[in-house]
Amino acid sequence: MRKILIAATAVMLAAGASLFGASAADKLKVGFIYLGPIGDLGWTYQHDLARQAVVKEFGDKIETTFLENVSEGPDSERSIEQLARAGNKLIFTTSFGYMEPTLKVAKKYPNVHFEHATGYKRDKNMSTYSGRFYEGRYIQGIIAAKMSKAGVLGYIGSFPIPEVISGINATMLGAQTINPSIKVKIIWANSWFDPGKEADAAKALLDQGADVIMQHTDSPAAMQIASERGKLAFGQDSEMIKFGPKAQLTSIMDNWAPYYIARVKAELDGTWKSEDEWGGLKSKMVVMAPYTNMPDDVKKLAEATEAAITEAKLFPFKCPVVGQDGKEVECKGGDHLADGQVLGMNFYVKGIDDKIPGK
Amino acid sequence: MGLLEAIILSVLAASTPLLIAATGELVTERAGVLNLGVEGMMIVGAACGFGGAWLTGSIIIGALCGIVAGTLLSLIFAMMTLGLAVNQVATGLALTILGIGLSGLIGAGFVGEKITPAPHLYIPGLTDIPLVGRILFGEDAFVYFSLALVIGVWLFLYRTRTGLVLRAVGDNHVSAHALGYPVLRIRMFAVMFGGACAGLAGAYLPLAYTPFFIPGMTAGRGWIALALVVFSSWRPARLVVGAYLFGAVTILQLHAQGAGLGIPSQFMSALPYLATVIVLVLISRVRPGVSTAPAALGTVFVPDR
Repeated sequence: MRKILIAATAVMLAAGASLFGASAADKLKVGFIYLGPIGDLGWTYQHDLARQAVVKEFGDKIETTFLENVSEGPDSERSIEQLARAGNKLIFTTSFGYMEPTLKVAKKYPNVHFEHATGYKRDKNMSTYSGRFYEGRYIQGIIAAKMSKAGVLGYIGSFPIPEVISGINATMLGAQTINPSIKVKIIWANSWFDPGKEADAAKALLDQGADVIMQHTDSPAAMQIASERGKLAFGQDSEMIKFGPKAQLTSIMDNWAPYYIARVKAELDGTWKSEDEWGGLKSKMVVMAPYTNMPDDVKKLAEATEAAITEAKLFPFKCPVVGQDGKEVECKGGDHLADGQVLGMNFYVKGIDDKIPGK
Repeated sequence: MGLLEAIILSVLAASTPLLIAATGELVTERAGVLNLGVEGMMIVGAACGFGGAWLTGSIIIGALCGIVAGTLLSLIFAMMTLGLAVNQVATGLALTILGIGLSGLIGAGFVGEKITPAPHLYIPGLTDIPLVGRILFGEDAFVYFSLALVIGVWLFLYRTRTGLVLRAVGDNHVSAHALGYPVLRIRMFAVMFGGACAGLAGAYLPLAYTPFFIPGMTAGRGWIALALVVFSSWRPARLVVGAYLFGAVTILQLHAQGAGLGIPSQFMSALPYLATVIVLVLISRVRPGVSTAPAALGTVFVPDR
């Protein structure tokens, strides 16, 4: 009896393996590593929308797998490697903190292609991609300065990394074109995602006199607090108007779908190569949600600014950019700061009355 | 509204879930059971609480759903640790992981929905008193309930016979058993009470704090509640102080940042935890060598028949 059982198990295993092998050979397996839950309504949610768009586009030709709630740092290395070992040929790692782990796994699996979001380290089989969110921030700065009665903006930061700092600077540069003496209060949540803390930060900013809230954290908590208090706010990553129908001015939405589709297509066609994509309003990687809860003239101004940035007539970091110390920042990109300067930004522009934490 | 008043209001709101969850865990631990699954029970309470309120439109039903969910989850813990005498630490950690997964599953259908948050008390005249009016008479029901809960638990533990028996079970289960007390049954009720409180504390987040559900929204508050129980050296009165202190440090660090005080925010974010460590050191200095923990805490009890 025992022998029969063992034999039966072996047959089943073999059958299972062949089935598995067949499906793996036919389909391109694409893996995704997410920072938050796919239901965060922000950052991870947008990445998963793009994954769904990929599935819709290629249907049976591919098979996608995603791992959510993968914390940044060394722990993520195991998750990335797990996807590589499971036969995924193209792996998207969708947070800044996955940079080193992705690089490590990429060296171990030279035949697997990696796509890392918002980082700056690349390899033969590792691309990077990110959005020029600062373009949207500049528009938000202009709207905020127009709409703020107090002349004080409230800004909830996540971590003081260049992407967030360039966002704060772009906001202020935009705002200063309207109101040169505009003030910004900055609170760091030291977290990408903690709705309670984000709500507390929004309350603190409003209590201290700010009347327009903007955030670089991922939940709609701040929007909801602004709405409750009858104040204004900007969404983050995705459309958040549901949480503040009378509060949301606009939202910078991350639109990864066109890029993901293009990269999966390249992989299918065998034309994938390591690249550095930094898309903005023009390539529609950054999309602005409808301009709402503002007078027509502000809306027109916002739309005109958006058009000017899209057509490369206007650069948010147009030279001269003056730092907090009053000195002009070296202009490496002709008439505007070079991409590298924005990607590595670690200074505040003049007019921000605060210090970058830990500097 | 003055800044001070605004800060106090925020502190009360931020402290309430911690206080409710910690009060429940305090009773559980006083009975000698260490349930590290508070975070898991809270997040499931949040998912079920939001679901209940969203489906029925009633905050009270939402709160009840949270309580029931937390209790059910704690029954799994009771079954494992009391019935099967499994290690409490391992089971508690497993409960947290289970809870986080389960809440995502339960909450998947509610993500992106929103509800009207719990109303705040308004008594004409009283609530309008400058400075103290909104603080004393303008909170949501959870805030008042949390304080009543602590007082109730204090009365129960120190002024009733059953409370004395519960503490005896937590201090020396062998003696309590020899005296004829049903150790396991008492512990089961204590665990269920802890679960109910954790579920309610979790439900507070989507029902009153941020009126939407998002997976992972408890963001570690269950662990803070566990720390608070130790911080309070298992005394309900100190728990109130601890919870409000913790809430105050959390909110004040945000205000300090907004005011541009120039202290690194990373340090400020660590402040509440640093405060816990300092208080723990101070407590142990006051009575060196004497542990304030229930003597049988975390130990498995198998009655000999």
